[in-house]
Amino acid sequence: MWSYIGKRIVQMFITLLLFQIATYILIDLQPGDVTDLLIGNPDITAAERARIAADLGLDGPLPSRIWTYLTNFYTGNLGVSMQQYPRPVSEILMTRLPRTFTLFMAATILSFWLGYIAGKFLAWKRGGAWEYASTITGVTLFTIFTPLLAYILLWLFARQLDSWISDTFGIDFDLPISKFNTPSLWRRAPYDTNTVFSWMNWNFFAIVMIILIALIVSNYIPRRYRPALRIGSVVLSIGGSLIWWAFISGVGLYAWDIVKHLFLPILTLTLISFGGNMLLTRTSMLETLREDYIETARAKGLPEGVIRNRHAARNAVLPVWTALVFSLSNTISGGIITETVFSWPGIGATLVQSVSVSDFAVAMGALTLIGIMTLIGHLIVDIGYVFLDPRIRIH
Amino acid sequence: MTNSSSNRSNGGSSVWQARWALFRKSAAANWALFAENPVGLIGLGIILFFLLLVILHPILLNTVWDPNVYNPINGFDPQSPVNPAPPSARHLLGTAPQGQDILSQLMFSARNEFILAVLAATVTVTMTTTLGAIAAYYGGVIDNVIMRIVDLVIMVPALSILIVVSGLFELSIVQLALVIGLISAFGASTVVIKSQALSIKVKPYIEAARVAGGGDFHIIFRHLLPNLMPIALLYMMFSVTGAIFSEAVLAFLGLLEVDMSWGIMLNTTRNLGFILDFSNRWYLIFPAGLSITLLSSAFYLVGRALDEIVNPRLRQR
Repeated sequence: MWSYIGKRIVQMFITLLLFQIATYILIDLQPGDVTDLLIGNPDITAAERARIAADLGLDGPLPSRIWTYLTNFYTGNLGVSMQQYPRPVSEILMTRLPRTFTLFMAATILSFWLGYIAGKFLAWKRGGAWEYASTITGVTLFTIFTPLLAYILLWLFARQLDSWISDTFGIDFDLPISKFNTPSLWRRAPYDTNTVFSWMNWNFFAIVMIILIALIVSNYIPRRYRPALRIGSVVLSIGGSLIWWAFISGVGLYAWDIVKHLFLPILTLTLISFGGNMLLTRTSMLETLREDYIETARAKGLPEGVIRNRHAARNAVLPVWTALVFSLSNTISGGIITETVFSWPGIGATLVQSVSVSDFAVAMGALTLIGIMTLIGHLIVDIGYVFLDPRIRIH
Repeated sequence: MTNSSSNRSNGGSSVWQARWALFRKSAAANWALFAENPVGLIGLGIILFFLLLVILHPILLNTVWDPNVYNPINGFDPQSPVNPAPPSARHLLGTAPQGQDILSQLMFSARNEFILAVLAATVTVTMTTTLGAIAAYYGGVIDNVIMRIVDLVIMVPALSILIVVSGLFELSIVQLALVIGLISAFGASTVVIKSQALSIKVKPYIEAARVAGGGDFHIIFRHLLPNLMPIALLYMMFSVTGAIFSEAVLAFLGLLEVDMSWGIMLNTTRNLGFILDFSNRWYLIFPAGLSITLLSSAFYLVGRALDEIVNPRLRQR
């Protein structure tokens, strides 16, 4: 199994290199180079322009330029932004990467989990109004024009629901319609947004880890203590973090501001991927339910819940997990659109924004990071598959 | 002499007659299967509705509509100087912020979408079937090279590449269709079509064709490709969905230089700040937004229905 993972990592790295070379050639296909911007400047002669081009290494043959680009990239030099001159690209991207990563992870995990549960029950309750409703919902979410969905959610939550809640209950959520934070609030903040945000991420990671460990440990203790450990770990880790953020950290207000800005983008992206996952789980579950071992389980007189959750759903999840490879890039595309619609400064919004002002150093960096994210996603899916399907582990 | 030639022509026409009869028979059988499924019929209905819009637009402009007023790109109605204006008898879906008639814009854009869809899908299908057939038939190095390119393309979200490409080059609808077609040609469909081709490659009739002296070219184009067509048709529908969606997103983000499209209508609405004014300015948001959704989901639904015909395994569980 480790050799399989190692092989996949090497493959992934080669793919990344090929991808970078391909994108470099793509940018290179564009006529002219950066020195053409200086043509209109009477102080800079043609000879001077040629010298600048030579200084920048633009006069060499294509392979040597690709080599320069790659060596620069792997030593952390992604060039400088033209638009925010002289801010280095790596700095711009590094402040934005954690946001996109969080958005992407949250939406992927949520939509997979929700789609799995919804698909499982829909396959079980086959036929009738449920089937029609679920198919229509699934296909609508799967094919709806993403910006339209985002705006509908914005209108629904940030306009209608928000004003309704403040009218009826007097609680003002003030759900924001764009950006990552409220600048007027953060002016007095003791830390910057990214610091608080990274604490939140680490906190979330810790919660997931505690729950996971509790789940694993709970399989090795006497049966009657299991629910206590499982529920206890969830309540304690989440409750403890909430108490820490609210009363001890001193930045609870700021964290709440970030959460409010995160809510709608995550909801949008989750809904986009949810439709496909639900439909696929349903199809795969229907197929599994026709297998002979389900019949056997029924003949044995097992409870319905056990057949559904243990016999059928665990096998039905495999094709859905495989399809994650394709839906990952859908989610990332959806993320680019979502970030742009919400003016939420992550990697996707940076890509669109830098392309629209022809800031190609930033665009290339963002594109490469998106590629790396997808690759890592694929790797995680592959490794997860090894754990989900024991048949692969043995070979 | 005359006898033999007339014989030959007779034989030829009867072969064509037989082919036509077979084609009609299989088409009728497939149509019966397709018509069983309401999902596919709904999709087909939506597509026909938009085709009707495409056909009606030039007719309307030549007869009822004054071209100066109803021009989708720079029309202006002197009778409604305040724009955007809500729907009225003169403008059934209201007018855009710059004064164009929204219904006219909608109908005109539908034509662009169909051009894009047909072109992108044709490129995709021609290339995927050829690539899949070649990879499966030859195997070895050719197979490896094609499949590694496919891996590379699957890995990267197509939208991010399209964003960069449309920022680098000013693409027209036709060029965009070619780029989208090319990107999806190296997508997941090639993997599926290749595996299908692999299973056809070992069928006895391929062996028979080889024994009868058929060359590689003949076998690929006469025996392999026709048998890949049903599944290719299926992927054609899905690639149309992708093409319409991508074009709309690029236009919506303001990265596309086309004269008018549904995405551009939404882009204008967004740039002028009307996009969240659902109750007063719905006619600037929903006609275009829903058209994109409906047309791309229609092709998706037809694809799903075709899926059940092509993969009998899925039929009537």
